[in-house]
Amino acid sequence: MSNKIKIKRGLDIPMSGAPSTAVTEDRTTEIYGIYPDDFPGPIWKAAVKVDDKVKAGDALLSDKATGKISLVAPVSGTIKEINRGERRHINYISIQKEAGTENIQEITLPKTAEEIIELLQRSGLWAMMRQRPFDIVPDSKETPRDIFVTAFDSSPLAGEILTKEDEPWLEKGLEILKKLTPGKVYLSKRYGSNLESKVAEVYEIEGPHPAGNTGPQIAAIKPVNKGETVWTMDARTVVRIGKLCMNGEADYSTLVAVTGPEIDNPHLVKTIVGASIKGILYGLIKDFQGKRIISGNVLTGIKTDKDGFLHYPYRQITVISEGDDADEFMGWASMNPEKYSVKRNFPAFLRGLSKPFNFDARIKGGKRAMILSGEYDKVFPFDIYPEYLLKAIMANDIDRMEKLGIYEVAPEDFALPEFVDTSKQELQKTVREGLDNLRKELS
Amino acid sequence: MKGLKKKIDSVKPHFEKGGKYSKLHSVFDGFYTFLFTPNETSKSGVHIHDSNDSKRTMITVVIALLPCVLFGMWNIGLQHNLAVGDPDRAFFRMFFYGFFAVLPQILTAYIVGLGIEFIVAQIRGHEIQEGFLVSGILIPMICPVDTPCWMLAVSVAFAVIFAKEVFGGTGYNFLNIALVTRAFLFFAYPSKMSGDNVFVSLGNQHAVDGYSGATPLGQLASATGGDAQVLNVVGDPLSFTDMFFGFYPGSWGETSTFCILLGLGILLITGIASWKIIFSAVFGGFFMGVVAHHFANELYPVTYLLPWEQLSLGGFAFAVTFMATDPVTACRTEWGKYIYGFLVGAIAILIRCYNTGYPEGAMLAVLLMNCFAPLIDYIVVNANINRRMKRMVPND
Repeated sequence: MSNKIKIKRGLDIPMSGAPSTAVTEDRTTEIYGIYPDDFPGPIWKAAVKVDDKVKAGDALLSDKATGKISLVAPVSGTIKEINRGERRHINYISIQKEAGTENIQEITLPKTAEEIIELLQRSGLWAMMRQRPFDIVPDSKETPRDIFVTAFDSSPLAGEILTKEDEPWLEKGLEILKKLTPGKVYLSKRYGSNLESKVAEVYEIEGPHPAGNTGPQIAAIKPVNKGETVWTMDARTVVRIGKLCMNGEADYSTLVAVTGPEIDNPHLVKTIVGASIKGILYGLIKDFQGKRIISGNVLTGIKTDKDGFLHYPYRQITVISEGDDADEFMGWASMNPEKYSVKRNFPAFLRGLSKPFNFDARIKGGKRAMILSGEYDKVFPFDIYPEYLLKAIMANDIDRMEKLGIYEVAPEDFALPEFVDTSKQELQKTVREGLDNLRKELS
Repeated sequence: MKGLKKKIDSVKPHFEKGGKYSKLHSVFDGFYTFLFTPNETSKSGVHIHDSNDSKRTMITVVIALLPCVLFGMWNIGLQHNLAVGDPDRAFFRMFFYGFFAVLPQILTAYIVGLGIEFIVAQIRGHEIQEGFLVSGILIPMICPVDTPCWMLAVSVAFAVIFAKEVFGGTGYNFLNIALVTRAFLFFAYPSKMSGDNVFVSLGNQHAVDGYSGATPLGQLASATGGDAQVLNVVGDPLSFTDMFFGFYPGSWGETSTFCILLGLGILLITGIASWKIIFSAVFGGFFMGVVAHHFANELYPVTYLLPWEQLSLGGFAFAVTFMATDPVTACRTEWGKYIYGFLVGAIAILIRCYNTGYPEGAMLAVLLMNCFAPLIDYIVVNANINRRMKRMVPND
């Protein structure tokens, strides 16, 4: 018997382009890239030079503070480019793949918690975990109160995180995680899923998005208080941990849902972390003109282009139309039934809001002060007043941010409020800045 | 529309920084975004957005106001014909009489209000915000039909500058702009804004014998004794049906509870107004009406009204539907909305019953609660903070 949680406040955005689960194909690409900005928290330093030969699992970047946490090469090959931006900030490191991607490093299976941590940090899997507060790569000095694992993704058009073959490794990975916390390991699964675990406490989550996000799950199970740290990760990372620590196999493969209204045949693609966008989308998209390629889902994904690479968490690509070629005459009076709104002041609600809509990237309005109230609350399943928290962040009032619950949230939790926002404000950006400021103040 | 767009795009550079009309940039931008929805795409955060924006929201409220606007215009004609003894009841003649009676006021409110908004937007370098689209039509609707335009202009200017722009513009005001305008008029020009002579447009014609232009609440407020009856302009008693449908003189937009209910339906179906505020305000008003009726007293003739008559007369229904629900000035927390709504309703009836100096209390009740809304929210949010504090495990 697992515990059940029902999340009421949320929204499943009816979007066209959902992936079919039937088709899965294997795709490897020529070039792979890793973006250090996908892993907030540490300051990353390059550990390689252009033209260096690397093997899969070798460090590309390591953290400045301890030098122990690495971002690793997902494949063996030659370093092609270290792309730097302003003030020599590293944008990405790309690798030209050569030979096999099989793991070549010798790995001794870890026994103690220290050995596990050392191996996770060295193998790049540590960076795929997150900690709350701050939603960053875990600080190795802190012991987590609990560890939260989510086994499903409820965001728009998302695919499955796990396949049937992964389940034994998931259990092994959970056993490893159990050694790293004095508290519990929680596993959240989709309502109706028959996933089981002997090690972790399993919670069955029912309800619309963001039911699959860790934030609302933690809030419902055991909220984070000031001074506490918890780790969060998806089940794919746990599977990788299981394979690495129990079998000595570093697995950087990933299952990517290629989705969105602009994709001909949305389906799942099996590839490797950091694969190039061009390689994955080859043959699946007619041309790149006027399209927005998002690595991730439409709410929290990162805008990239055909020369870019898959971003963390390496699970989804969504392609939508930019839509900026439209000259909409008096759009505020529009009776177009293809315009979606959670407010029922568009005729679309008459045709039924559950049928899929073709969304494009337009903001569809001007930025305003917060006018309507209670909009955010309807899609924000926390015992937090989002509007007041956001205002505290904008005012940079640390004391009030703490009191209003900033330790419990991550930017992704504000994605749905940002989608429904009539005032078109950039809420996720505000929250990220707030968390960063807070961390700076406290360190 | 492509041609128009091209034409406008070709003159656009003149309005940009450094162009010859750069002083009119905000105005140009305002009209441009009014005509063509900006096709700006998202730069950070979510890649797709809900179609609803602030313009659409405001337009939805204006549409919800239309039944009241149209009925109000017709009713002005009806009251005029009754008052001057004209037996003509032709629909369009009465409607257009009312239409032309209020057109100058509507134009005055929009020109003065939007004019100030345009100037301020240009000074601040902001986009023009559409908050005044709603206020501009609300203001004439809650004023007597014979309010002189110059008074209206002064009050609108006062309200827009001192109740809105000094606080930062749309979304930052803590008092409802339309009600500030109304309150300014009421207190600055009391002789013109109350009494028997402003609520019916006579239009230079002589009234029939027995005519009285007093509103039902005005009649009651000045009545003595407990047997006061509510009459229409020619001295016949008003039935509950008359009160509900609004066939009586008053501030022209707010007499018909029926039309207000139509508007309310639009606001609730679209999800623009908070049903919590409306529900608790009606409950509060009804509750206070029951209490007042139970303790009906000759000193306060209004207390003899039945609770549902209280809700149908005067500005109560209109204020609850269109003023109390103004999201910027109401409570913003969900629990706060219940408290705020209840107090708006209860205080409106309380003032109406027990302060004979003011025939109607809805305006003052909403303004008073606007002032207290932040305090109510503060208490609700603090309860959340305390809950969080209690959850914390004490450090060991």
